[in-house]
Parts: sequence; C-alpha cells; structure tokens
Amino acid sequence: MKSVGIEIKNIALAFGSTAVLKDITLSIEPGEFFALLGPSGSGKSTLLRLIAGFNQHQRGELLIDGKDVTGIQPWLRNVGMVFQNYALWPHMTVAQNVAFGLEARKLPSAEIRSKVASALELVDMGGLANRRPGQLSGGQQQRVAIARTLAIEPQVLLLDEPLSNLDAKLRTQTRQELVQLQRRLGITTIFVTHDQEEALTTCHRIAVMDQGIIQQVGTPMELFDFPVNRFVAQFVGSVNLYPGRFITEGDHLRFESPTLGTLMLPRGLELQSTEMDLAFRPHAVRFVDDPNTQHENNLALKGIIEDSEFLGEFLRYEVRVGEGRIMADIPHVRGALPLKAGSAVHLRVSSEELRFVTA
Amino acid sequence: MKRNHPGLIAIAIAIAAFLFIFLIGPILTVVYTAFTDGQGNFTFSHFLAFAEISLMRESFANSLYVAGTTVFFATIIAIPLAYLTVRFQFRGAVLIQTLGVLPLVMPAFVGAAAMQLIFGRSGAVNLILMDNFGFSIPIMEGLNGIIFVETLHYFPFILLNLSASLATIDSSMEEAGQNLGASGWRLFRKIIFPLAIPGYIAGASLVFIKVFDDLGTPLVLNVTNMLAPQAYLRVTSIGIEDPIGYVICVILVLFSIAAMAGSWWFVKRRDYALVSRGGAQAPKRKLTSWQTAMAYGWIIGVLMLVLSPHLGILLMSFFKVWSFSVLPEQFTLVHYATIFTDAKQMIWNTILYCGLAAFIDIIIGGAIAYIVIRTTIPGRQILDHLVTVALAMPGLVLGIGYLRAFRGIDLPFGMGALTASWVIFVIAYSVRRLPYALRSCMAALTQVHPALEEAAENVGAGRTRIIRKIVIPLMMGGLLAGFVTSFITAAAEISETILLTSRESLAPMSYGIYLYFQSIAGRGPGAALSVVAITIVALGTYISHRLAAAATPHQQVGNRT
Repeated sequence: MKSVGIEIKNIALAFGSTAVLKDITLSIEPGEFFALLGPSGSGKSTLLRLIAGFNQHQRGELLIDGKDVTGIQPWLRNVGMVFQNYALWPHMTVAQNVAFGLEARKLPSAEIRSKVASALELVDMGGLANRRPGQLSGGQQQRVAIARTLAIEPQVLLLDEPLSNLDAKLRTQTRQELVQLQRRLGITTIFVTHDQEEALTTCHRIAVMDQGIIQQVGTPMELFDFPVNRFVAQFVGSVNLYPGRFITEGDHLRFESPTLGTLMLPRGLELQSTEMDLAFRPHAVRFVDDPNTQHENNLALKGIIEDSEFLGEFLRYEVRVGEGRIMADIPHVRGALPLKAGSAVHLRVSSEELRFVTA
Repeated sequence: MKRNHPGLIAIAIAIAAFLFIFLIGPILTVVYTAFTDGQGNFTFSHFLAFAEISLMRESFANSLYVAGTTVFFATIIAIPLAYLTVRFQFRGAVLIQTLGVLPLVMPAFVGAAAMQLIFGRSGAVNLILMDNFGFSIPIMEGLNGIIFVETLHYFPFILLNLSASLATIDSSMEEAGQNLGASGWRLFRKIIFPLAIPGYIAGASLVFIKVFDDLGTPLVLNVTNMLAPQAYLRVTSIGIEDPIGYVICVILVLFSIAAMAGSWWFVKRRDYALVSRGGAQAPKRKLTSWQTAMAYGWIIGVLMLVLSPHLGILLMSFFKVWSFSVLPEQFTLVHYATIFTDAKQMIWNTILYCGLAAFIDIIIGGAIAYIVIRTTIPGRQILDHLVTVALAMPGLVLGIGYLRAFRGIDLPFGMGALTASWVIFVIAYSVRRLPYALRSCMAALTQVHPALEEAAENVGAGRTRIIRKIVIPLMMGGLLAGFVTSFITAAAEISETILLTSRESLAPMSYGIYLYFQSIAGRGPGAALSVVAITIVALGTYISHRLAAAATPHQQVGNRT
C-alpha cells in the first residue's frame, strides 16, 4: 500500500458565526501516525471530519497525496474513518458490514469475499463473521469497525477517539495493537483524542489544538520538554506555572512573580520576552536538606509543606512558596514517611528544567 | 410509594370487569358464533361455506389488494416527505408537518364523497381533461377510488412514524456509509431505510389494518365487494344470525392481530439497540437548487391532492348544484340552514356521546395508568394488555359483537333494549377510544415524579388526598389532551356507528353525514354537516396540541430531582 501525505493550508471553518477552525496549517508525512490532541471544543474532531469530507472548509486548501480534495464528496475521497461509537450497522452481520464498502465499489463477489476474510483476519475477528454487532463486546465491535474501514484500502486512516468507549484495561491493550497495526500497514493515520497519554504513547507526532488553533506541533517528547505556551504546558503533563516579569540583572535574570515573589534565576538562561510564564514540571523539583548547597545552575526556593498525596511511585507535595503553590513530585523509597504539613523545605529546580512559556 | 390500597384493587377489578363485558365478551361472542352451529357444537363449516361463495373469495382478495396497494402508495408519498424533514435544511418542513395532520382531520368516508366530485367520472378534473384532451382518468372507479382516497387519508401514519424513526438514527451510521463510498439511493436503500424499518413497519401495519377494516369509505363509494361491507350487508340484510358475517369478522380480527404481532416481531427480530446510542443527529444538509425544486414540486403536489377533498366539501356546502360542471354554481347558505334544523339532534348526539365516552376514557385511563405505574397489584399489566386489544379490534367487529352479545338485554327504568339506546354508543366509543386516552394518561403520569407524591405523603396527606390534590392537578394537561383525542376520534367514527344506529333520532353526526351522502340531494347538507364536524375535529386537534404543550412545565417539575 502506498503511503500518502496530507497538506492542510490555512484552513478556516465557521458554523454560522462561530469560528471553529482558524487558519490551520499542518503537514502530515506519508506513513505517519499523527495525533490531534485537545480538549472538547478545540476543533480536533471538526478537523478530522473535514479531512473525511463531512465538513467543508470556507477558506484554505486540503491536499491529500498532493491533490486538492476541497469540495470532493465524502464518498469519493477514499479516506477511511473509524467512528467514536464505531457506527456498525445493526441490521447487517459483521461480514456484511465489512463488505459494504467493497460492494459500493462494485468489486466482483469473489474478491469481496476474500477481502472481507483478510480484513477480519487482520483484526483477529475471522471467527465472528456471521454475528450481528449487537452480539459483540465493545472491543470486538471496535475491531470490526477498523476491519470495515481497512477493507476498502483507504489512502488515509482517521480514528475518532477510538479508545474512549473501551474500559481501562482493554484500552491499553488496544492502543498497543493499533500501534502495531499501523506500523505493519504503514498507512498514514490521524488519531483524534483528548487523552494526552493516548497521544503520547501511540503517535509519531502530535498537534495540540485549542480554540480552533494549532498551539504546537511536535513529537511527544518535544511537546513535553519544550511546550511553547501555557496551554500546551498544562495540557501535556502536569506543570508548575507562574506568570511574571523577567528583568536582566547583570549575568542573571530576575523573575518577579506576583505569587512567588522576586526570584533570582540561575545563570545562563536567556531572556526572550519580559512578560512570560516560568514553568517547570513537578518531577523536576528536588528537596535538599542543607539550604546552602546546590545554588549553582539551580533555582533555589524555600517553602512550607501544605499537603501531600501518596501516588505509589512518588509523593506529590503541595508546597507554599510566598503566596504561591508549587507541586513537587518526590520519588518514594520503601519505608520513607511523608514530610508533615507545616515543615519547612528547601527546593531546587535544575536550570535545564526551567522553561519560559508565553501565556 | 408503591402500595396497594384496597380501594385501588377494587377499582382495578371493576375496570377489568367493564373491559371483559364490553370488549372481550362481544369479541368472544363473534368468534364463538363463527365456529359453532345452531346447537352450539364446534364446526368449521361456516368457513368452508365462506370459501365456497365466489363473492366472498373476491371480497377477500379485493380487501387484501386494496389494503396492500394503499400501503404501497402511502409509502411512496411518505418516504420522500419524511426524509426531507429529517435530513435537510428546508423551509418547506412546516408544510410537510401540516401535511401530516391535514388528512386525519377529515374522516376518510367524508373525503371520499368530495373526491367523487373532483376526480370522479364526471368530476371537475375529468371534465377538464375530457373537454381539452378527450380522455379521462378512471381514478375514482371501483377499488381504485378506495385506494386513492385511503392513500391520501392514511399516508400520514407512515410519514409520522417513519420521521420519528429516522430522527433517532445516529448521524455516524449514515456518515460511515458515505465514508465507505456509498451515497444517494444506495445509502438510503442499504443503510438509512433499513435502520428506520421499525417506524416504517409500525406505520405501514397501522395503515394496512385501518384500510382492511374500513367500512365507511367503500360504502360511500358504493363498493360492496370487499370484506367489511360484506360483513355489514350480511348482518344488516340477511340478519344477525347469518354466520358468514361472523366469519368475516374473525378474518378481520385475525388480520389485525397478525399485522400488529407481525410488526412487533419484525422489530424485535433485529437488534436495533445500537441505532440510537448517544451521538448527535446528523447535521441537516442543504438542498441544491434542482433538489429544492423537486422537493417543493412533490410537497405541493401532495398538498393539493390532500387539500382537494377539504376544498371540495367546502364548495359543496356553499353551492346549490355541483354536477357535470367543473366548478359549482349558485352560492347558497341553505345547506347550513337545513342541517341546523334537521340535523340539530345529530350534532347534539355527537357532543353527548363523544363527551361522555371521552370522560369515561380519561377516568378509566387515568385509573389504569395509576394502577399500572404506581402500584404493585398482581396482574395489573392485564389491564394494559386488555386496552391494547381494543386498539387491534376493528369497529365493525365490535359493533357486530355488541348487537349479537347484548341482543335481548334491556336497560333498567324502561329505557328499552340496550342495543337500541344511546347508551350503547357511549360504551362502544369509550371502549374503542380507550387506548388513545390511556396513552395520554400514561405519559402524563410518568411526568409526575413519585417524589412529588412522597413529599405530600411526608407532610401527612393520605392516598386519596394525594391523588386528588397532587396527582390529578399535575396530570391535568395530559388528561385534557386525552379527553380531546378520544372525543374527536369518536366523533369521526363511522363503522360502529353505522351498525349501532337503530333509529335516526339516536344517530350522531357521522351517521348523518353518511346518510346525506347516500342521495344526490343530500350532498349539500352532508357537506355542510361535514364542515361542522371537521371544524370541531380541527379545533379539537389544535386544542389537544396546545394542552400537550401547556403540560410541559409539570414535566420539568417532575424531572428536576
């Protein structure tokens, strides 16, 4: 199967007066497993449906395999979509469901039969071809939905929240199977999800969306390590975020935060703009016993423990610093007792872990 | 909150007794008569006799043909209309909704008389065709006329049920089909329509039964070689003892039950549980300009056909002669004057019979609803099932059953024979219309949250007081809607009415209209009386819609817990 790329250029879409997609530009490589990640209402599903042809953009271009498909009806696109609720037709058997797209393409019946069989084999559903969807479990229904879509050998595979209707255990398993299937077929795949873990674990690259705008595109690690703005920092992983002003003072940067107070930042950080947020991950925070150590290349803070949560692998402390709160994830070792609320602690955050993000 | 007050048990038993005497009893009498000889021994000979009469075989075939063909044409009319309203952004949707109620406002047999004048051999349309093109369309001839009239009268049943079914289909079902390469007719045939089958079958089986059982339309159009008219003619001309009439009744009942059971079975057989699983309804699509033109063409065409009997009746009622002319001549009010002197009694009878019957219906319906929903009295579902039987029973069969079962039974206080009194109308109407009232009452009661009753109980109110002060006031909208529905459907009833009318002074309006239409001279007054009846029914329909809408605030009270 030949893998194709998708080019989305300056696409805008509004329902009535509500702008749902605003100037989206995105390039998806052939064979890529790409995620659209965002909260509900971010426009990710609208963008997916637009690629499938169910929504029409009012501005911009949509190129699949280099050809502009703007205005081409959904049934002429050969873009396979797996729906969130699977949308299996209850009046047809599993085999009839899978055969539907092939019949619409008027293939000879022998070919249809063999393609149905191999599509069902692909998702391990060969034995249940004569069941009706109502007789299948949620996980089986999803497999059938995938087989039905893959049977037509689409150029692109679109997955709309494919794991959201599965229970937690099945979700992890299915996620891995999806990844393997995609690797094996090499089909360009777009995966819509609101679950950052799903996106981070499955996809080559992710576009984080909010309010109809692509906030950032990158590999899972890039998004986690180098979020460009407050939204991405907060949406991908947990984060400590503090708005404030950066002022250059000699070879240091001084950070004036309304909540944390005035902080001296470690040497070597470059000022990008004076009004930005200071961000660091909870797991980047360390506690030190001696207040006089580790000042070099570290942000040093002093605070009082307010609360703690035991999460197994680590303890999540809430530490009051000035007027602000800092989340600190401290790895747990067997037998260690949590620090009591009210105890004073000294915190260090390595300068590599400090990020400046725009609001 | 589910407690079984002894008083409620007594009421349940009384209702069951009422239904056994006036619904089950007469039906069993009919069945018994069809299967026994003069000595009361079981016999199949009446059925064999039936099969040997060629007129009966012909009538049977004709009834099947007419009902089947009507369903076919009603389907053709209803499918595009239903699909348009549900799936497209379309201003004509209001027109379609109007189309959905307009025909039902006028009883089919009334429409039949008007259609004769417009589409009959010497009706307006054929006169125009004859004068200008030298040919005519025999659309009102024989069975065709019945199919034509009934199709236009009953297609809304399919339209309404199918629209409701289409509206519940999750949009992704359709989109998945498009995504896999299907569109247009293929998508509709393979996916959309099969998923809407439950609603379609419900509507289509209803149309089939209604047409199969209809007595008024064939009689008005002078077609007697069908089952219902044959049963009527047998019982009225040969006599109440003639077994063939009962054989026909049994056939009508069997078909009704088969159609209802069939539609139930068909829907059960397939698993539609997935159809409406969350998800949004499909965004309504826009029509292209030529599609819009076609849509409006279809709607306006159907609308003109549907409106033609209304218009015809109105013209007939205001003009002196309308025969062998395209349009009637000589405006007059004399027909109205005639009916307000001659038919005053009939109008009054309708109001009396239907009013009383509707009142009985909401009392019984309310009581059944309360007993079924709010108590745990064993066997309470039987009441619900008994009422469903009334829905499946053709009026003709019940009428014949009454005449047979209650012959020779006299009313107390010297009011004469039961079957020759006005009381029989009230009972017959109330039994046949009980399903409509019960449905309203059930809906109204489900909207009253039990917590509202519990709150009253909590502050120390007794059961009777709670029902009187809390339940009935909160159900009032639904009860009134049920009353109006029962009233207007009873006012339009003709099959039972024709059978039970023993003398003209007892006849309600519907019989009067039927009688007037028997003669050419009676057409004017018949039309005028129809206009009065249609006005009452239309007003009633409007009121019941308003009442149903007004009942909504209660619903919110009930659900906010």
